[in-house]
Amino acid sequence: MPVREPVLTEKMPTLTINGMTVDVPQGTSILNAAKDVGVEIPHYCYHPKLSIAGNCRMCLVEVEKFPKLQTACSTVVSDGMVVRTDTEKVRKAVTGVLELMLIHHPIDCPICDQAGECGLQNYYMKFGLHKSRYDLEDKVHKKKVQDIGGQIVLDAERCILCSRCVRFLDEVTGTRELNFFNRGDHSEISIFPGRPLDNDYTGNLADICPVGALTSKDFRFKCRVWFLKAFDSICTGCSKGCNVDAHHKGDILYRLKPRWNDAVNQAWMCDFGRLTYKAMNEARLLTPFVREGGARKVAPWGSLLPDVAFRLKSAADKGGTDRVAVIASPQSSNEELYLLRRLATELLGTKNLAFTYRVAGDGFADDFLIRADKNPNARGAQLLGIPDGAAFDALVSRIADGGIDALLVFGNGIGALSEEETAALLAKVPFVAQVGTNEGPVSKAATAVLPSASVAERAGTFTNHAGRVQRFRFGFPARGKAKNPIEILVSLGNRLGAGWTFAGEASVFKAIAETETPFTGMSYDSIGMFGQEIAK
Amino acid sequence: METVLTTHFANERYRLLDTYRRYGGYEALKKAFAMDPGGIIDEVKKANLRGRGGAGFPAGVKWGFLPKDLSRPRVLVVNADEGEPGTFKDRVIMTRGPHLLIEGIVISCFALRAYACWIYIRGEFVREARIMDEAIAEAYAAGFLGKNILGSGFDLDVTVHRGAGAYICGEETSLINSLEGKRGWPRLKPPFPASVGAFGLPTIVNNVETIADIPWIVTHGGETFAALGVEKNGGTRLIGVSGAVNRPGVYELAAGTNLKEIIYTHAGGIKDGKKLKAVIPGGSSTPVLRPDEIDVSYDIESMAKIGTMAGSGGVIVIPEGTCMVRALSVLMNFYAHESCGQCTPCREGTGWLKKIVGRIEAGKGRKGDVELILDLCDNMMGRTICPLSEAAVMPAQSFIWKFREEFDRHIGEQKCPYGNRF
Repeated sequence: MPVREPVLTEKMPTLTINGMTVDVPQGTSILNAAKDVGVEIPHYCYHPKLSIAGNCRMCLVEVEKFPKLQTACSTVVSDGMVVRTDTEKVRKAVTGVLELMLIHHPIDCPICDQAGECGLQNYYMKFGLHKSRYDLEDKVHKKKVQDIGGQIVLDAERCILCSRCVRFLDEVTGTRELNFFNRGDHSEISIFPGRPLDNDYTGNLADICPVGALTSKDFRFKCRVWFLKAFDSICTGCSKGCNVDAHHKGDILYRLKPRWNDAVNQAWMCDFGRLTYKAMNEARLLTPFVREGGARKVAPWGSLLPDVAFRLKSAADKGGTDRVAVIASPQSSNEELYLLRRLATELLGTKNLAFTYRVAGDGFADDFLIRADKNPNARGAQLLGIPDGAAFDALVSRIADGGIDALLVFGNGIGALSEEETAALLAKVPFVAQVGTNEGPVSKAATAVLPSASVAERAGTFTNHAGRVQRFRFGFPARGKAKNPIEILVSLGNRLGAGWTFAGEASVFKAIAETETPFTGMSYDSIGMFGQEIAK
Repeated sequence: METVLTTHFANERYRLLDTYRRYGGYEALKKAFAMDPGGIIDEVKKANLRGRGGAGFPAGVKWGFLPKDLSRPRVLVVNADEGEPGTFKDRVIMTRGPHLLIEGIVISCFALRAYACWIYIRGEFVREARIMDEAIAEAYAAGFLGKNILGSGFDLDVTVHRGAGAYICGEETSLINSLEGKRGWPRLKPPFPASVGAFGLPTIVNNVETIADIPWIVTHGGETFAALGVEKNGGTRLIGVSGAVNRPGVYELAAGTNLKEIIYTHAGGIKDGKKLKAVIPGGSSTPVLRPDEIDVSYDIESMAKIGTMAGSGGVIVIPEGTCMVRALSVLMNFYAHESCGQCTPCREGTGWLKKIVGRIEAGKGRKGDVELILDLCDNMMGRTICPLSEAAVMPAQSFIWKFREEFDRHIGEQKCPYGNRF
């Protein structure tokens, strides 16, 4: 059954909910209409992005002229409807359903990852608070800790059989791995024997499960959720630009969860993207260093930045601007790419500027969220006038031919080049400065390494494949001695005579909006929470 | 007394097409083809034909729910799942007069402009399914099914689909899901099957007996049929009497026959000269009656007035000496086993009821258990997508309301006073 979308018509049915009057578009459910007047109707099986199941029976409300209580999720409002959620009858029904949901529940909250964000805990505190009338020895036991494939562990005992997961796999991925087995209070969800979860979106199951039945293998036992703080970010796993909530404790990221944006990823994200946070915790470049005689030597920022600026400048001065080159990265933000372009073309005066979105891998893409371009901002780089494709290949051959004396590289690797190929290529250049976040092929070969803040440690905008400009927010201060690349670029630029007064990404974006045609008229305000498409 | 269905059931060869035709079989069909489809529906409305599956919904009204436009093909599904404990009338129709059902199907489909019909038959009915298949093959061979039936230009295909043994698949939307190859879970309504039913098509689901009544209605007219019964409840009913009676079996009686007369006259009274203790009047889910309540007209309205139902026509007679707690315990085991597991109150509630009633019967009941059952019943009643939850609650409540002292004795004495052991 398709999701029922409210149909906007001129006639808006007016109804009253707990005495408050509200008018809503035709086709709206009572549950959604109630949200408009701030009335919370408890529910488990209802999910805005899935079809209506109406089987948890938590959202029962009293509707005048109906003899029985109605499910608010499935009952469409009509003009003049009178709904009450605050009567004794409704309260008893909701508490009664909740009691029934809990009778077989193992109540193992102390060892459950869902604790703190669990629908059963939350509603028990709000609508339950009853003493158990059910005998411990009467509980039906089901199989716990089942690895059902993908990123998911299933605990059948905690399951309230709301069917969200079954509907997700039916309606969103179409892979239908989970289904119901057995009947009555022995019902449980499970995979078919020998057929584990086999799709690229399994992580979403843990998100939509309202209880602790489906939990994430990756997040399992890592952290209690109430210690986590969240900030708005953008997934850097590909050019789709899925909106995410990044959850962290201190300077450690623990998980990414999809943040709802109907224009991009709805309520979902892929399994690959979900694990991209790991790179922001592990194998990070945290200290600036230079390579002397093959050995790494820690270099203070105070001397390293002037040194890099000097080496770039002097190479241009001595051999000509043709002998200096800059490789940009589609992992950089619009703001960083804008400054880098100006640094290369205006300050160093070189035409040797290019990037590539090619990466090692199989180039897998699907027709939903996963795109072959594994960078968040290749489109932004193109829109800001940084050449790719043939220009990049030409630049690489030029480097390989020994035509470059000083090279500034953004990013942890160069395109799809392997570690050996990168080392061989960079060996042709006397001076290589890198701005990167993680250990990788470039940091193993560069002459000077300038550690960059990760996406979680800085802010800015990415332009996704469709030309949608989206903000990612600052989560927490950069780890170690890593620096915001904008700061690095402004510092280098000013040492090359730019006279920039940019203070942070916001001021850079303002300049972009003033001078870069695709971005004309945009501002952080107009981009807002959900992004804004470039003018077509 | 005038009978509609069982007139020739004593003749075992009545199940064969030749014999059926010798008794005037398929003549109603010829008459129907000469009628206007809307005219047939009018006759069914006039007949006051109430659905025989249990809910007693007026069949003509149900037929009227089909969308007016004919842009989408319509289908008829015959509910032959007959799963309600105490009910065994549809199997008599299918084994004794399968062509009655087939003729009813063809006329109904012609009236509804349905091009296909499935007979969803319960999995346990192996013999019945075979007989239906044989009768359908005969009907195809004689041109009563298939293309251009009797030169009328009307085409119809009928398929027997066997269920896999689930009580819930007798519920019409669950039946449709099962027919489609899905898990037998009742569907959320609306949409009702008449607009979105089997395979997404406008669908009418009728009980076997309901459809088998149609040829008689066409032959004799709706008003004649209505006159057989009582006001709002036309025709006859097949009533299956089981339990402690001298002549258990299926009786075709006018709707509105007195229940006491059904038990004492038709079914021969209580076995072994015992006294009557209780009657479950319309299949296991209908509220139980005490002996002083059975002097009642066995029709839908009269039964509703005394707080019970004529249901699917399955009268279960319980004699003195029967432990009512044990009887309820058996029923609760059934509903706990058959709950499909979709809605929380039914899934968890039926299992809980089974456990509480079970422990009372086993002599382990506690003070407050009876109140707990009643409160639990209140939390289950009217809280689910389909009526299975209510089917479990109605016996539980009525057994307690009417035989409370037996529950209290079990709890007080901590044993079954009837000496039952599990």
